[in-house]
Amino acid sequence: MTSTLAERQGVVPSSGGATPGRGRRKRRPLGRNPLGLLFSAPYLLFVLAIFAYPVGYAFWISFHDFFFAAPGAQVARPFVGFTNYVTALTDPAVLRSFANVGVFLVINVPLTVVFSLLLATALNKATRAVTFLRISYYVPYVTASIAVVAVWSFLFNGHGLVNSILGPLAPSPSWLINDHWAMPIIAFFVTWKQLGFYILLYLAALQNVPKELYESASTDGAGEARKFFSVTVPGVRTATVLVLLVSTVTGANLFTEPYLLTNGGGPDGASTSPVLIMYQKGIEQGQPDVAAAIGVVLVIAVLIIAFLQNRFAGGRD
Amino acid sequence: MAATRRRRGVNADSLPRSGRIARSVVLALGAVAFLFPFYYMLIGSLQTKLDSTTSGLLPNPANLSGTNYVQINDRINLFQGLLNSGIFTGGVLVCTMVFGLLVGYALAVLQWRGRGVTFALALLVQVVPFQLLIIPLYVLIARDYGLADNYLGMIIPFAINSTAVIIFRQYFLQLPKELFEAARIDGASELKLLWGIAIPLVRPALITVVLLTFIGPWNEFLWPFLITKNQALQPLAVSLANYITNVAATASNPFGSALAGAVVLAAPVVILFIVFQRYFISTDIGSSVKG
Repeated sequence: MTSTLAERQGVVPSSGGATPGRGRRKRRPLGRNPLGLLFSAPYLLFVLAIFAYPVGYAFWISFHDFFFAAPGAQVARPFVGFTNYVTALTDPAVLRSFANVGVFLVINVPLTVVFSLLLATALNKATRAVTFLRISYYVPYVTASIAVVAVWSFLFNGHGLVNSILGPLAPSPSWLINDHWAMPIIAFFVTWKQLGFYILLYLAALQNVPKELYESASTDGAGEARKFFSVTVPGVRTATVLVLLVSTVTGANLFTEPYLLTNGGGPDGASTSPVLIMYQKGIEQGQPDVAAAIGVVLVIAVLIIAFLQNRFAGGRD
Repeated sequence: MAATRRRRGVNADSLPRSGRIARSVVLALGAVAFLFPFYYMLIGSLQTKLDSTTSGLLPNPANLSGTNYVQINDRINLFQGLLNSGIFTGGVLVCTMVFGLLVGYALAVLQWRGRGVTFALALLVQVVPFQLLIIPLYVLIARDYGLADNYLGMIIPFAINSTAVIIFRQYFLQLPKELFEAARIDGASELKLLWGIAIPLVRPALITVVLLTFIGPWNEFLWPFLITKNQALQPLAVSLANYITNVAATASNPFGSALAGAVVLAAPVVILFIVFQRYFISTDIGSSVKG
């Protein structure tokens, strides 16, 4: 640390101590404060080891015949082209899980956008009990999924509170073991659980909508509903794109809920998710190559959806 | 409605009476929808005998006891689970605070080559989907490095929270440059500047980051679930999930004991959040997500 002190103050040209071999074309090849690189080195190493390298490794695994071997053992992992992708995409269980996530997104994403914008707009103008409201809205988001999953399964089980209120109207078989209801219940659960985060995003965006727009809309005789649709909705469009993107990515990551709420994607695969299948295939059944291929396909699907969302909701800026 | 509006003037926040009532109703319904499951979690965890009828909504003193807590504690050691969650979360917090502050400071205050790239990486990392990382990280950490059933293996993938890095940078950017120039002329080292000047000035950001970073590992399920098979090392989220899937059915009040575990898992975060809720503000987190 002390050796770089002089360099930082610009007293002497950098000795290149932090990263040798970077060349010395200029007097200060690493900028005015080479110490910055040293300060950032742990983070850069972390990003490299935990994100960059594993992303590359995931692609590599998906194109090879990969299986778990004892640490240090030298085993052949031949290149197999698209075999793992074919295995994955011809498996009905995998296709089912992708369809399930499609159902999930179709329910979850619109509900998330509508409710979070509605509640954020109301909360933004609230004058009483604001702290209480904020706490209550964010509390599901900060709580562990496992903890709230326990309550939801208590509420929605065959003899649960929901069914005892509904009485004869309760679906049979009950919600979480009914193939028409299992996935929608998971979608409702995730909407409820994550809504606080999106309310937070919309609240930040609402601060940036110019007050004058509301005022001139009022002068033009616009009612509340009219102002909401002509001023608020376009005013927070950037946030909407972000909410769409984040909720889609979160949805594609679905694992805990089908694992616990519907007991491993039941009934009969009606609520499996791709990540759940990746866990079952990759780690339980020892086919990490096929699981990696599912992961790659899933990410590509998310990228396509995100691109389309950005294209159509991002609009004409 | 338009006529009322004009008479009231152009204050954007004033609403006709009916509108204000509608807004209050929406807000109140929202609060009930968000809070009710938590209330029900607490009530359910205290019921000696499960009562899922509508009368079970109100506490019945004859049916309240701590039996469920005792029962789940017999099967999974709640204290050990809390301790493991604490070690996992604490490790992530320490790494994020130490290395996150360093890189945040470097990004905001220091001029060095690679600064732009590093900031771009911190943004990019937030959109790398975890699905893609599960298999390679499992292969690397659990198999190649042999860090399964190890606190280090739990901590590593979450060690430095990139959102924290971006929040730190944001706050350090707001500090006046002259402050640092003056101290530098006096011969203070950068570490001293960071510790003595920059950090004390961004104290609210520290609390926001601690809160935000805390909920990640404390609530994380998938990763510790994948790499801890040894029950003595499992964070509470994992041991509770295993209890729900494998053991609960054999308990006399399976839902009650699961809910008792849920209360123990949820309580630390909820309490922390209520105490520090004013630091959990939209502008910080919103701006950091948007970059």
